[in-house]
Amino acid sequence: MSAQSLSQRMPTQVIPALPERDSASADDAAMVRPYMLTGGRTRAKYPLELETMVSVKEGVPFDGTCDRIEHRAIVEACPAPRSVAEIAVKLGMPLGVARVLVSDAADAGHVTVHRTMSGTDGAEAHLLLMERVLSGLRRL
Amino acid sequence: MSNPARQLAQQQSDSSTMTSAKIVVAGGFGAGKTTFVGSVSEIVPLTTEAMMTDASTGIDDLAATPDKQATTVAMDFGRVSLDEDLILYLFGTPGQQRFWFMWDDLVRGAIGAVVLADTRRLADSFAPVDFFEDRGLPYVVGLNAFDGVLRHEVDDVREALSVEPSVPIIRCDARDRESTKQSLITLVEYAMKQWVAMNESGHR
Repeated sequence: MSAQSLSQRMPTQVIPALPERDSASADDAAMVRPYMLTGGRTRAKYPLELETMVSVKEGVPFDGTCDRIEHRAIVEACPAPRSVAEIAVKLGMPLGVARVLVSDAADAGHVTVHRTMSGTDGAEAHLLLMERVLSGLRRL
Repeated sequence: MSNPARQLAQQQSDSSTMTSAKIVVAGGFGAGKTTFVGSVSEIVPLTTEAMMTDASTGIDDLAATPDKQATTVAMDFGRVSLDEDLILYLFGTPGQQRFWFMWDDLVRGAIGAVVLADTRRLADSFAPVDFFEDRGLPYVVGLNAFDGVLRHEVDDVREALSVEPSVPIIRCDARDRESTKQSLITLVEYAMKQWVAMNESGHR
């Protein structure tokens, strides 16, 4: 029964056999599941695309008065506005985890999430963005 | 609890607004994606990772499958500052094209895509071309040559890939900044044309 429900849950993925491992090995202590930091949450409250810009809010010091170490890491990762993808790299975490943490840091008032033009905006906004990108590329 | 949208609006008012745009760079293994990105990026291309589980957020309860081994997918990307408040990100598609789940993240909101094709391995370009056509994402094909591709070869490539005559197929050298810049310009011009045509026909 459990095998069946597992396969329904992950229809597309073949699960490799787990390697044998010694439960007392020292490696286990260092292994933290990435979503541990998010309390198992996998959703961000903000629409955070790969390219969504994040910046540290004015008045938030870079030397770490944030009470959570992950928030401090995010603040430190943004000496200038940075994308969610860059922050994930800086934190050394998968994108999904970084998204939740950035969302939390925004809720805590440490960072600003800039609006991502692409996607939900109207046709004119998208066209305007393309125009700006085009003239930017030509100036490059 | 607070409304994220309203909070977001408030937050935006207290710092200067940054805008970002995204272009996807696709192609088979060894087609030169990372070289292309690196030739114009102001940073050495970074590699970000996503886990297979990221794709199924909201569907999969991770706690229910504690022993699930996450498959990670790597994407290289670069950054180009186009203005004080405007940054362009170039994202290379994951090398292994079977990881389609990341492609949705990649194309959402993207201006368009450059499909880098190696004329010796054209079949590698079929999958990205299919995907972008399916999603209606404007794309151009860049023949990453590898020393002068002749005009008739461009036609051959168009036929082999069965792409419409309107889709630009250009020659490029992924190592060369000017060439990469020109490829991106061609893509954005094409995407704008497509956008205008689509929205005009859509409104009438």
